[in-house]
Amino acid sequence: MKYIDPHIHMVSRTTDDYQRMAQSGCVAVTEPAFWAGFDRSSVQGFFDYYRQLTEYEPRRAAQFGIRHFSWLCINPKEADDPGFAREVIAIIPDFLERENVLGIGEIGLNKNTRNELIILEEQIALAEKHNQLVLVHTPHLEDKLKGTRLIMDALAASKIEPGRVLIDHVEEHTVGEVLDRGFWAGMTLYPDTKVTPQRATDIIEMYGHERIWMNSAGDWGCSDPLAVPKARLEMARRGHAQTLIDKVTFDNPLTFLSQSPNFQLDE
Amino acid sequence: MPQDIVNTCPQTREGVINTYFLEHRAKLLDIAAYLDRVDRGRGDDPQDFRDRAFREALKILSSDVPHRARRILELFSDMSHEIPQSAEGMKGAAGAVPLATEDRS
Ligand SMILES: [Zn+2]
Repeated sequence: MKYIDPHIHMVSRTTDDYQRMAQSGCVAVTEPAFWAGFDRSSVQGFFDYYRQLTEYEPRRAAQFGIRHFSWLCINPKEADDPGFAREVIAIIPDFLERENVLGIGEIGLNKNTRNELIILEEQIALAEKHNQLVLVHTPHLEDKLKGTRLIMDALAASKIEPGRVLIDHVEEHTVGEVLDRGFWAGMTLYPDTKVTPQRATDIIEMYGHERIWMNSAGDWGCSDPLAVPKARLEMARRGHAQTLIDKVTFDNPLTFLSQSPNFQLDE
Repeated sequence: MPQDIVNTCPQTREGVINTYFLEHRAKLLDIAAYLDRVDRGRGDDPQDFRDRAFREALKILSSDVPHRARRILELFSDMSHEIPQSAEGMKGAAGAVPLATEDRS
């Protein structure tokens, strides 16, 4: 029994978490660049963070037989100052050469502002220019529906194929539109603000098992790095076939992520 | 009924109830106790938009129309089209918005 957690912020987790994830069948994680819980004060702060994502975390994961991949960007919460955001974006291309980098992410919107939208569009252009996959963060709570639509419109205006974009943190009111427009959809299993394993299973039953995955988005807040194996148990408890469980927690992430030549699993 | 809600769960209706009744009975009691707690709170009715949205959502819960989860999320969503320039000075997400005047049920 193997699974991939395609969205988890391991920089915020302990080495014990890697161990428990490995014991639960995790063979690979992908880690998008995000907000650290506080605003970084300089471009150098991001430079060091990208080094952590591309040099240090892959080594820590490897101790437990877990492959570690990352996504780079400036997150929407720190993108409200376009001047500063552009200085950060300027250092990203060099890091795209690193062997564990899959693309640009998690870009998106937080408060659905024009400033955030400008930087989102510039990072979509960066992904287009460097032929990178895209991982998208959608806003939380009351801002999600509006933000998801604005993001999909911005992506549709680019030349990036929707099949190379994963829109994350979908819920019942956004998943249908995301899939209808040809994007991949990610469900985040988060204790308070996103979906439970029960609802994630309901969504698969209602919206199908194509172009969809689930992740823990484990980070420094209340979150659960074992959320994906727990969702696998929930699907099994309800009587779903093992092949379907494996499809949404292993085969689907493998299919999407393998569009990047850097995504390789150990045989 | 929309196609995507008919016979999509592998369990029978009785099976769903057997599996989940106790779990969701507990969640229902949590909601009841929360409403009691608001009533027991000191001070006047704060006329809070979140509270009004919550009580509106309860009507969706007790309706027989499918897609209750989606409809509650839509009730709690910002449906405006304005795009502010900056997030400067904005509060964090509240989880609900003031109710629109139209009937959403
Ligand atoms: Zn994240």
